[in-house]
Amino acid sequence: MITIDVNGTQHQVDIEPDTPLLWVLRDVIGLTGTKFGCGIAECGACTVHINGRAMRSCSVPIGVLDGATILTIEGLSSDASHPVQKAWVAEDVPQCGYCQSGQIMATVAFLKDFPNPTDADINANITNICRCGTYERLRRAIHRAADLMKA
Amino acid sequence: MSGHRNTVQAGKSNRQDAVAFTRRHFIIAGATAAGGLAVGIGMLPRAAKALTVAAKPWDGNASSPYDLDAWIAIEPDDSVLIRYARSEMGQGSMTALPMIVAEELQCDWSKVRVEYASPNRSVRENNVYGDMSSVGSHSVRDSRIKLQQVGASARERLIAAAAAQWNVPASECKAADSVVSHAASGRRINYGALASAAAQIKLAAEPAIKAPEHYTFIGKPQPRVDVPLKVNGAAQYAIDTRLPDMVYAAIAQCPVPGGTLASVDEAPLKNMPGIVQVVRLKDAVAVVATDTFWRAKQGLARLHPEWNVGAAGSTDSAQFVKEYRDAALSGTAAVARNDGDVDSALSASGAKTLTSLYEVPYLAHATMEPMNATVHWQGDRLDVWVGTQAADRALKVAAETAGLKPEQVYIHNTFVGGGFGRKSRNDEMVQAIEIAKAINRPVKLVWTREDDMRHDRFRPQAAISFKGALDANGRPTALYIRTAVGSILRSLRINKVENGIEPMAIEGLANNPYQIANTKVECALKNTHIPVAFWRSVGASQNAFAIESFIDEMAHAAGRDPYQFRRAMLGSRPDWIKVLDTVVENSNWGRSLGPGRAQGLAIHECYGTIVGEVAEITISPQGALKVDRITLAADSGHVVNPLGFAEQMEGGVIFALTAALYGKVTVKNGVPEQGNFDTYPMVRLAQAPKIDVHFAMTGGKKWGGAGEPGGAPTAAAVCNAIFALTGKRIRSLPIMDHDLSGSA
Repeated sequence: MITIDVNGTQHQVDIEPDTPLLWVLRDVIGLTGTKFGCGIAECGACTVHINGRAMRSCSVPIGVLDGATILTIEGLSSDASHPVQKAWVAEDVPQCGYCQSGQIMATVAFLKDFPNPTDADINANITNICRCGTYERLRRAIHRAADLMKA
Repeated sequence: MSGHRNTVQAGKSNRQDAVAFTRRHFIIAGATAAGGLAVGIGMLPRAAKALTVAAKPWDGNASSPYDLDAWIAIEPDDSVLIRYARSEMGQGSMTALPMIVAEELQCDWSKVRVEYASPNRSVRENNVYGDMSSVGSHSVRDSRIKLQQVGASARERLIAAAAAQWNVPASECKAADSVVSHAASGRRINYGALASAAAQIKLAAEPAIKAPEHYTFIGKPQPRVDVPLKVNGAAQYAIDTRLPDMVYAAIAQCPVPGGTLASVDEAPLKNMPGIVQVVRLKDAVAVVATDTFWRAKQGLARLHPEWNVGAAGSTDSAQFVKEYRDAALSGTAAVARNDGDVDSALSASGAKTLTSLYEVPYLAHATMEPMNATVHWQGDRLDVWVGTQAADRALKVAAETAGLKPEQVYIHNTFVGGGFGRKSRNDEMVQAIEIAKAINRPVKLVWTREDDMRHDRFRPQAAISFKGALDANGRPTALYIRTAVGSILRSLRINKVENGIEPMAIEGLANNPYQIANTKVECALKNTHIPVAFWRSVGASQNAFAIESFIDEMAHAAGRDPYQFRRAMLGSRPDWIKVLDTVVENSNWGRSLGPGRAQGLAIHECYGTIVGEVAEITISPQGALKVDRITLAADSGHVVNPLGFAEQMEGGVIFALTAALYGKVTVKNGVPEQGNFDTYPMVRLAQAPKIDVHFAMTGGKKWGGAGEPGGAPTAAAVCNAIFALTGKRIRSLPIMDHDLSGSA
């Protein structure tokens, strides 16, 4: 039995320890905002925070997470009021939207380490794939979110 | 009765948590929220109600007690529900199409909610929603007149209801901002108070619709209505469907397309907990597990199915490249266009001639949401949750697969996690129905990324040969083109290919607008066992690269500036000239960019929209290519939502740039080799150029598409810049296969 805290709620999970966190979140706990994209930590659609760090949940087995604190897109705010979410809305970023939970969670963690990001910082650290090609607005939204967080 | 659809709202600030509301709750929630405050921190007021996909299948067919008709319901609180009969996959028509209705309805946009129209209702109500497909960049173009009429009719019925109530002539009443008013008496009444009376009114004649010059709302940029659902995990995609008693399926399909399942030994699963069943399909085997997709996938990995692959199992890409090349250079082909006398012009004395061959590989769609479907089969009723680009077609296919009548089938539209043409054919849905019938339980089938990439219906491989001639003054006198390419129609078995020519194969080639007196275009259709289909921008995805690169070759051979060379051949097309001039002006075409940098130009017409692009690139001494900027100009005639249009141009460029830089699916022993993003790379933020979109709209009768044209000229613009910088002509994609070190 593994105990994890997801968005402030304790969950006891009884499942094979090699099961990736992604499928525990989606299929066992029922939080479907975190998406399956590639299964090999290439695309970032499944990005969540594990103990405050952005991680690709498709490649983290539940067995190593006993006692961990997990934050998913559903727990970021109750009313889409996180500055990164506001910036995403203001810049009209999402198209199909499937990758955007991961993009947002990656950005939230990134801005903690880079509160004044340059484009080079963004290029080096936000590596999630967006197949719709929203990068133009996504980049603007990251800068806008950084500004909102300082305001 | 329930209404658990993805419903989005144009302008309210409330958001309901993603739990299963009943229809009654939904209406109450909507009424309660009507007085909600608008958000306003440097952004337009907007929000959404996030409703989940139903935990249980719907028993209704997406109707409301407040229906004015199948398209519009107006509730007592004035909220306007507009049904959207296409599929939102990122292209923005869920915003643009309701804008068209609102233009005529004269309703307050902030009171508009949007929900998916029901394909089942369309079946039951005499095909009321018509064509529900989102393909070919056609939703706005093919819906505009119909949806204007829908909005205008509803408006006139509301006016008629008010006029009857006031006992005044309808001609004295006016509708605006969700209110009907009578100027002479100063009376006003809200739409919500008129809707039930208006629903009973039949108009003697349909009202006229507005001409584009009278639009007051269309043409004004609006944020996408679905965005608020897509920043908090609330938007429901097919893969997010959860049903009571649902089980999970993983599938192994014959690795060689067209092959079949020979046998599979189930013994390795004997003692594995949580395995429900192994299901054998004609060309696949599925493992069904109780609690997670992961368990089904782990179970499947223990099986070692045997396949019948036939002769296709010994084919490879080297052979395909040779076959397409041979077909482009020799043998017979159908003639699609033949102006003047190309052969004489090519052999005329004093003519300077050029010959080139352009080649492109198969490409995968790689939508971020892999193919998946959830199916609940109950013998006399079938419910399907699937990301589809053609819900009406999916319904027919589902009915055939299940052996049911169309009215017994409910396709539950969800948001689509990327389509790009792939999801116009729902192979995953057919499999999921067969699995559900075999196990008699609700089941969710998910393809892994590897399944999705290797069992795609690919962008066709092609070889395109060119011959050109210039006279002594550098003027073009002959252009000969032959394309050898896979036939999409034959591969999909949806249409007879007449005379060996299909429109997708020759688009942008046969109808190129360059005035060259002797022009001949030939088409040689040739298929392998690899299935091919529509891939964002379709024929233009390879043809624009080829023809715009070759035109650039001719310009350089003529010693002319590539912009002036093209412009001089566009006498009959002022719209092309406007796009060309706009992109050249805004890119500062021709200025010096310094060492290691250069510009390239290309222009193409795709789905009725002309797009011109100037690429600015940098190549390092080590040969690393960076596309720094794309300046883009577009003419679609008119545009409904300029914000959405610009977003589609930007997205189209990135999609095409991924293909130009990295896109390649190769075949070995009959099997597509690339399976995931490690071997099929994508442009990410670090590779994404700055993109500047400029409008060069020419109005008139032109209504071009938005989803696909943006990427058409990108590969050629980049490759023409590479030539300008290095003198190296890229004649095959992807660019990553070419060594650019030391060339700049």
